[in-house]
Amino acid sequence: MTHGSSSPRTIGVEGLSRVEGEGSLRVVVHDGQVTDVALEIFEPPRYFEAMLVGRHFTEAPDITARICGICPVAYQMSACAAMEDACGVTVDADVTSLRRLLYCGEWIQSHALHVYFLHAPDFLGYADAVELAEHDRATVERGLAIKRTGNLLMETIGGRAVHPVNVRVGGFYSAPDPAAVAALADPLRRAREDALATVEWVSGLEFPDVTGDYRFVALTEPGRYAVEGGRPSSSDGLNVSPGEFARLVVEEHVERSTALHARLGGHDEYLTGPLARYALNSSVLSPLAAEAAAAAGLGPVCTNPFQSIVVRAVELVFACDEALSLVDAYEPPDPPAAEMIPRAGTGTGATEAPRGLLFHHYEIDEEGTILNARIVPPTSQNQITIEADLRRVAQDGLDLSDDDLQWRCEQAVRNHDPCISCAAHFLDVNVVRD
Amino acid sequence: MSADIGTEATVGTRAPEARVRASRRPTLAVWKFASCDGCQLSLLDCEDELLALTGAVEIAQFTELSRATASGPYDVSLVEGSITTAADVARIREVRASSGMLITIGACATAGGIQGLRNFAASGEYAATVYAHPEYIASLDTSTPISAHVKVDYELHGCPIDRHQLLEVLIATLAGRRPVVPGYSVCQECKGRGTVCLLVAHGTACLGPVTRAGCGALCPAIGRGCFGCFGPADTTNTASLAAQLGRNGAQPLEVARLFRTFNSGAPAFRDESIAQGGAVPVAVGGPVSRFRHGEGP
Repeated sequence: MTHGSSSPRTIGVEGLSRVEGEGSLRVVVHDGQVTDVALEIFEPPRYFEAMLVGRHFTEAPDITARICGICPVAYQMSACAAMEDACGVTVDADVTSLRRLLYCGEWIQSHALHVYFLHAPDFLGYADAVELAEHDRATVERGLAIKRTGNLLMETIGGRAVHPVNVRVGGFYSAPDPAAVAALADPLRRAREDALATVEWVSGLEFPDVTGDYRFVALTEPGRYAVEGGRPSSSDGLNVSPGEFARLVVEEHVERSTALHARLGGHDEYLTGPLARYALNSSVLSPLAAEAAAAAGLGPVCTNPFQSIVVRAVELVFACDEALSLVDAYEPPDPPAAEMIPRAGTGTGATEAPRGLLFHHYEIDEEGTILNARIVPPTSQNQITIEADLRRVAQDGLDLSDDDLQWRCEQAVRNHDPCISCAAHFLDVNVVRD
Repeated sequence: MSADIGTEATVGTRAPEARVRASRRPTLAVWKFASCDGCQLSLLDCEDELLALTGAVEIAQFTELSRATASGPYDVSLVEGSITTAADVARIREVRASSGMLITIGACATAGGIQGLRNFAASGEYAATVYAHPEYIASLDTSTPISAHVKVDYELHGCPIDRHQLLEVLIATLAGRRPVVPGYSVCQECKGRGTVCLLVAHGTACLGPVTRAGCGALCPAIGRGCFGCFGPADTTNTASLAAQLGRNGAQPLEVARLFRTFNSGAPAFRDESIAQGGAVPVAVGGPVSRFRHGEGP
């Protein structure tokens, strides 16, 4: 096959698979140069920000959970944090610890899903994990076992794995029984072993030699890997409150994609997610997770997007390890939730969804009625950077056949675990065709 | 909605055995419309059964799981999500035409979902609230269940669905029998697990008496009133419940909000929310664009 003619070579994937939600990608090559790339999102708009207006502030966690069935806890936690900020309430340390434990469950199930089901098959040349299981059933069963433990954690703390019911603004409806929490320790120990095996497995995969020039943005907290709170920080020195961050992030509505494109200060693109968290927080990983990262050959920063699978596996070790510590130290919060008295004002909440920083910003009145809502999911923030990756990967892969280049481009998108259902709280697409 | 769509708007009541052929491994397709992915994730959450399931059926189309696709027709289609665009009106008809059994899963597919709240708003209002450029948006003003557009053979309710119920429906469909899925209310599940009635004992606002069982009565067990994830039970008396909630001190707006969430398009819940005078206010443009462009607050 020759690609030197003057007619454009177009690589297109109409229904992007193994991502959450509905999207497509398109790469146009002209005279040996990538001239256009687009991650297009045709997930239908659902208008969450409009639906929230007029609702009571206590309803935001359950309504926004429905933005994403893969990371409902992230939505619940960011909504709670924003409402507590608006009401001027700081929750007790025991509530924070229980939130962190629940969140570890979501990281475990979501990362296990991504590593084993959505991402690894690319590196091994399989269409999916079912095909992988036909060749290596034990590996897929290990991934399922880790995922099951994440779901067990969410069911024990949150009541169920998809759209947990125990979360409320201020804390929880009920503090889980200490015996039920203690019973999580054994499965978590097994999951931690499986997570260590996962790091070893994925670090042996073959990675294209690609380096991204990223501005990383993640939450940071003194002394620990930020999950359920912290200050938005960047690899070029930003360190601000969630409210200040919300003011810095400008989203642009462009015609050809219906996802909003987010930039810092209106001009700087950035990347959130595992690579960003790891770059800004690898020094405060648990010792076991840090050891696993070193053994896998990761330095303090990883800029190869294909190696995000290794970073996710390291975060799996961390999440299991952290959950075990929290289980050991569990004190049922009493009361399980802080009293919430609404006051007129605004609040911002930022937490680390499995696929990156998620922030909510609300304005409420003195009755607690929501007047305005703004929800910025990680995929909107990452979209410009994902497209930059796509351009780089396509340019580097021009010698590949169309089929292989298409697969490589799909992989470049899946590297960032985009959640199109999340990004699509308002989209529709006008696809531009040459 | 046009008349011809209306005549198709039926949900089958016969046992689902008929169209699944037994001579080869049946094919299963999973389709997504407007939704959160949570119900199809429930299939992947069947960790203990997933590899057995993929041995028993050929997964011919499941975008979230696989980049491989096989063309139809499909013996069984699972459909998640509601219809919110003109393109999806056409797509669901294609799915119907290529499917033997068509089973809808979750509140979006069976009742229009949380995004069905737009059905109560003025035309175009939601798009104007969220977008800087609503003119780029080509979505419908309504979010409707799959059964408003094509014939549906079985509906599995829940926001999210229960994965054990999903397995039961799949197993029953493959075995050619009717799924055993309860149509009674959450109250029976509370009684079954010995949970003291929150509504009676504490006056807590609870939709349990009119909500379909299936979750296992999770919320009352943690001291929280049921908020209706599974939609209306087979028989309901929503007016009686609403009156009781009022006697317990709930304002009509609160009662309306309770009925108007994930299953607000289900007739029993929709009608009661309207009876409570519950026009949930929606926004009108300006302030959101202020946030959007980083100028406020």
